[in-house]
Amino acid sequence: MTSQELWSLALGRLDVDALDFLKAFYAPSENDDILSGAAWVVILGAVTVVALLTIFRAWRPLFRDWLTSVDHKKIGVMYIVLAMVMLVRGVLEGVVMRAQQADGLTGGFLSANHFGQLFSTHGTIMVLFMAMPFLTGLINIVVPLQIGARDVSFPMLNSVSLGFTTAGAALIMISLVIGEFSTGGWTAYPPYTGRVFQPGVGPDYWLWAVILSGVGSTLTGINFVVTIYKERAPGMGFMQMPMFTWTALCTAIMMIFAMPAVTVSSAMLVLDRYLGFHFFTNDLGGNMMNYANIFWLFGHPEVYILVLPAFGVYSEVASTFSGKRLYGYGSLVAATMVIALLSFTVWLHHFFTMGQSADVNAAFGIATMLIGVPTGVKIYDWMATLFRGRIRFTVPVIYLLAFMMLFVLGGLTGILLANPAVDFQVHNTLFLVAHFHNMLIPGVLFGLFAGYTYWFPKIFGFRLNEVWGRIAAFNWIAGFMLAFFPLYVVGAMGMTRRTMAYAEPAFQIWFHIAGVGAALLTAGLASLCVQLWVSIRNREQTRDIGGDPWDGRTLEWATPSPVPEYNFAVIPRVHSREAFASAKAAGAGYPEPASYADIDLPGPTWTGLVMAIFGTTLGFGLIWYMWWLAALSFAVIAVTLIGRAIRGDRHPRVIPAAEVAAEHRAWLARIRALPAAPRTQERSPANRGMAAPEYRDLRP
Amino acid sequence: MPPPRPQPAMTAAIPLAMAIALMAGSAQAGIGFLSPEGPVAALQREQFWRIIVITMIVVVPVLLGVPLLAWRYRHGNARARYAPHWDLSRPLEWVMWLVPAGIVVVLGTFLWQDTHKLDPYRPIAGPTPPLQVQVVGLDWKWLFLYPEQGIATVGELAFPQDRAVSLELTTDTVMQSFMIPQLVGQIYAMPGMRTKLNFAADQTGDFAGFNTQYNGKGFHEQRFAARAMEPAAFDAWVAEVKDQGVPLDAATYARLAGQSTPAEVRKGFGTAGMPEDVTYFSGIAPGLFDGVLGRYMSGRALADAAQPGAPDYHPQTSGE
Repeated sequence: MTSQELWSLALGRLDVDALDFLKAFYAPSENDDILSGAAWVVILGAVTVVALLTIFRAWRPLFRDWLTSVDHKKIGVMYIVLAMVMLVRGVLEGVVMRAQQADGLTGGFLSANHFGQLFSTHGTIMVLFMAMPFLTGLINIVVPLQIGARDVSFPMLNSVSLGFTTAGAALIMISLVIGEFSTGGWTAYPPYTGRVFQPGVGPDYWLWAVILSGVGSTLTGINFVVTIYKERAPGMGFMQMPMFTWTALCTAIMMIFAMPAVTVSSAMLVLDRYLGFHFFTNDLGGNMMNYANIFWLFGHPEVYILVLPAFGVYSEVASTFSGKRLYGYGSLVAATMVIALLSFTVWLHHFFTMGQSADVNAAFGIATMLIGVPTGVKIYDWMATLFRGRIRFTVPVIYLLAFMMLFVLGGLTGILLANPAVDFQVHNTLFLVAHFHNMLIPGVLFGLFAGYTYWFPKIFGFRLNEVWGRIAAFNWIAGFMLAFFPLYVVGAMGMTRRTMAYAEPAFQIWFHIAGVGAALLTAGLASLCVQLWVSIRNREQTRDIGGDPWDGRTLEWATPSPVPEYNFAVIPRVHSREAFASAKAAGAGYPEPASYADIDLPGPTWTGLVMAIFGTTLGFGLIWYMWWLAALSFAVIAVTLIGRAIRGDRHPRVIPAAEVAAEHRAWLARIRALPAAPRTQERSPANRGMAAPEYRDLRP
Repeated sequence: MPPPRPQPAMTAAIPLAMAIALMAGSAQAGIGFLSPEGPVAALQREQFWRIIVITMIVVVPVLLGVPLLAWRYRHGNARARYAPHWDLSRPLEWVMWLVPAGIVVVLGTFLWQDTHKLDPYRPIAGPTPPLQVQVVGLDWKWLFLYPEQGIATVGELAFPQDRAVSLELTTDTVMQSFMIPQLVGQIYAMPGMRTKLNFAADQTGDFAGFNTQYNGKGFHEQRFAARAMEPAAFDAWVAEVKDQGVPLDAATYARLAGQSTPAEVRKGFGTAGMPEDVTYFSGIAPGLFDGVLGRYMSGRALADAAQPGAPDYHPQTSGE
């Protein structure tokens, strides 16, 4: 065997040219400096994290308390940390693209291949590795608390889901350092992403990242559907569930039905690329139209998977900070369900321009517009919730108000795009790009930020800094408007998406305005980091001792902050829709139970961590044709999962009743001593998490 | 800290400003379908504004209502009524569901009619039959074949202004999407498949056309001029193309089909008399368009080297 054969047996198609971080040295150019720079940021970031963990001797606590934990709250936090890391990369990529296009009249500074990778990773990251983990994290943290449960139905599976999602994200990060990513966009349409036209590793990075995270999301969906069906506290019927839990339920159901479609379309493309199948090739009966068809059968519901939990956050925020019941609960539930159902009936509007008959296009166009009805109802329901409330302008409310006004504009352009004849003109242009950013930034991202700010004290026991929260919010809002409204204009003028350079001088001024917006968005991102830093430093002034900093209405606020790992000392009995609000109004917000019982909790497990590590190496092996690595990783994953299934949970834990009682009684004693804060002092250090009754005198 | 006192005129001004920006941007530059130069694009623009106006019925109440409600019911405004337990009004529910539903019924009716009226496959009626042009999407340029005239071009799609144009499209590489915004919206072009597009121009002029579906590093260069001419000028143009055109036999096509931009085609194939970035061909190999279509439908596998657009493409293999 020659050394070359040995080499390729061990390393597949990996060679020194694939190492991006070296390119600045042997092929220096502005473009390669950026490429290598990004790779070095990833490497140095990883080294810094390892160094810090070592310096602070944090390895053992990291493994013991976090990575092997099956506590839904810790898994939720890890999901959100992952989302935040990916958010930083996604935003910075967006900013580089804005800068390139601001300079696009003269050709810009990026190579075409690099620009292609940027829009592909940006979209893939923002949808699948930022928004999805972020909302999954929020659902993980909040849903069991809102329904009065100890944990999710399948805690170990929850950790496995996180493991697979992390593996997908890791592959995308690795693609910055070793090799290159696809240039086929986040939708990866073949035949362009087929083996014939892109034989390199790019599309394979995309495929395995998407497949791994898709498996994770499917499992998350199953877990939360079962959790919400089975784990609700006694007395909580479906129509007593908090609105966020309703939206989480709809999202989880949609994950179960939508994620398999993308797993299938990706698996078919894998078969095309690896084994010479012809599902989507040009020749031998392959048909790329089928890819679009299957992909969007996932892709369109995916949009609603993202936005529904954000709608849930907005419902909670509107009601809590207006000090008022949520208006039109029945309508909101119905609207959520209708949206979930209709979202599976409109996928064809992503390719009105494929040449099908006018009858087909018109039918799907009308179905698309129909979604506007329940969405409009939701907006009006939130307005009616504000009506005759007492609105406190906290950071989540600022996001809510901006969302409502900006989202209707996105809805308006959505109605335009739903019309096939108009879509023929704006499809594939920056008008479309402006539209979906208009839905996803105010609709999803602002909702996720609102939820992050709202529930942060519940998990960490202190509130986030208000001043920096506001600075961040205003930067995000103004930045969004400046960065994306100009894209509507150039899009209507015929500027195509995914276009690095243009010859039309009239575009330039609009791209310059968008560039200013991108700068503000960067400032928003930086403000969020500063906010976190300042909040941690000043945490003594924002301590949430009582656990109810916002005069909350649902069960999660009836627990201490940070929440103990068993959530509730005694599982509450629910009597009404806003269980905690009605209990507080009746003067029974913090009952002392007559007796306590032992609490059984699942033990820690390495299974999720094994999935994350060997999921990554499995993907890496497959991408680089290192078959031994792929086979080994697959074997480890299979043995671990089967072994765990046979052995079961070998370290279940029991927290004795006496310990629960002592902890709970100590907390009750602490909150009895707390001064109740009126809402006028909500944002001052006087707010220790004990809410003064706002409207007991008004009770009918 | 309450928000600054809302100026409803200010929030309502956001969409108004956007509408003005849309109109002004397009009109000032004279590009895009909001400055239409043909009947199809004109109808598309009409729909665009009509939908916006009708949808304002649901949009304006939100833009005005949200700041007003937020200000009126701010915490600390003792004069505003507080109704913490109010959570349903049946009449209001009816309004909330039925008004948007009514708008969708109206818009849906328009949508059904307009979608059929503007079906890209429907030929444009006119005194003379439409000019037939076959379009082959190649990596980073469009090849226009004029079967009646026996000519072909890259970088320029000329047609007489008094006749409608009827396109048949396919590609000899990955998927692409063909569009001339001021005249007509886009249609995908896909290998092994034939799509159609019909349009006309109201007056003579040059209009930008391009591909909208990303297909690699030369994507942003895949542009051409759609040129509506006086009938006499068109005849003269055809004669000139015939005169100057390079013969487009199978071997030339095979070389042309590989990855190149219009400027590179001009450099590689053009002669001195041809305009910048435009290349003329004559003596077209018979059945070229159907040959391209049929290649992928033969039931035989095509080697990478025989697929234009592939990095491993080799003209000799393709020309066989």
